[in-house]
Amino acid sequence: MIRLIPRYIFNFFFFVLLQVLILNKIEFSGFINPYLYVLFVLTLPFETPGWFLLVLAGVLGLSIDMFSNTPGMHMAATLLLAYIRPYILLRIAPRDGYEPGTLPTPSFYGFPWFFKYAVILVLIHHFLYFIIEAFSFTHIIEILARTVFSTVFTLVIMGVTLLFNYQKRKRI
Amino acid sequence: MRNFLHFIIKNHVGFLFVFFELIAFILIITFNQNQRAIYLSSSSRFSGGLYESVSNIEEYFVLKKINKELASENAFLRSQLPTSFLQSKDYFTLIGDTNTTTQYKYRTCRVINNTIRKHFNYITLSKGFKDGVKPDMGIISNRGVIGIVIKCTENFSTALSVLNPRLKVSAKLKDTDFFGSVSWDNKSIHHVILDEIPEHANVQLGDQVVTSGYSSTFPEGILIGTVENVEHPVGESFFKIKVKLSVDFSKLNFVEIVENIFQDQQLKLEEETIK
Repeated sequence: MIRLIPRYIFNFFFFVLLQVLILNKIEFSGFINPYLYVLFVLTLPFETPGWFLLVLAGVLGLSIDMFSNTPGMHMAATLLLAYIRPYILLRIAPRDGYEPGTLPTPSFYGFPWFFKYAVILVLIHHFLYFIIEAFSFTHIIEILARTVFSTVFTLVIMGVTLLFNYQKRKRI
Repeated sequence: MRNFLHFIIKNHVGFLFVFFELIAFILIITFNQNQRAIYLSSSSRFSGGLYESVSNIEEYFVLKKINKELASENAFLRSQLPTSFLQSKDYFTLIGDTNTTTQYKYRTCRVINNTIRKHFNYITLSKGFKDGVKPDMGIISNRGVIGIVIKCTENFSTALSVLNPRLKVSAKLKDTDFFGSVSWDNKSIHHVILDEIPEHANVQLGDQVVTSGYSSTFPEGILIGTVENVEHPVGESFFKIKVKLSVDFSKLNFVEIVENIFQDQQLKLEEETIK
């Protein structure tokens, strides 16, 4: 586990910078805003304790917020994501459970499993984020549309990102 | 006590989550103008009645009251300005006392809903027919032009904001009197485009763009913004001027509705002339 720490520190800065410097500039037709940084929370090890997950999610969301000038908005959405993550993981666990020493990435459990896992959490995250952005339910149709389109876009970019370090690993 | 502590320790993740979310929402409400505005005045959405009872317990009650008083005083003072009176440079009438006829009346009013992120942006105001607001009246704030009223109900009215391509405001450069029309090009909420300024006009960056007073809606000389960028499209004899708006549309609160008492007269005459 210890040997993973530098990698996650790098991931953290990588996702924050990628989000802030590149992805935030994409506002295609006002609907599509990919928020790839959630991938950092998605790929944290299974054994991460709940409180630490929340702290990391809070710090991650807040740092995105600081740069995109929306204090609290990404933080609130990412916190919910981190809070729900363990329950979703429990729900979609493979029949023989998660093996120790593995990470929730396609390299270990395959793309179909990861897709299922990511869709649920990213949808929840985006939905909360767009609700907070609008801060009312009056434009619920628009919020839902933005959620769906952005989720699709985020997942596509997420898939591309994961392909880069995809290697088929045998589960130990 | 022991059980209670046990309960907290057992559910520490949940408590931590709620605690962090609270912090997040406090941050959202304190630092995001848009959300803050909605939080403070989510009025028309739920109905005016609910809003009123909630606003009574609101912390900012006193501040709000002072604000309101200042705004109405502003409106009163503005109606005393020379520009509010019928301007006549005709020497026959100059001899007489022309300053007794008021041409523009101002009503202060609150913005209760405002969009800025859409293609067509509208503003909802807290006054309607009951307070004498009618369609086609102009809306300004102390910082500049806001929009034009298009529809009214008994207690509310909606308005085209300047950030709406359907609205064109007749404008001129303050010092040179060249006039053109201002419209929004859907790109940034801080900029509009001033068109139809002829190419022989001398335009400087930073020049003030004000209303021309030709449109019968706004008095002459209300600030719209300042010139930020001048473009000369190839093959055209007009400049395309990018104007930085003086009003920050994401922070509207109190505005004033301008009534031109002679508007009907002017429009009718102009219509008849064209026939």
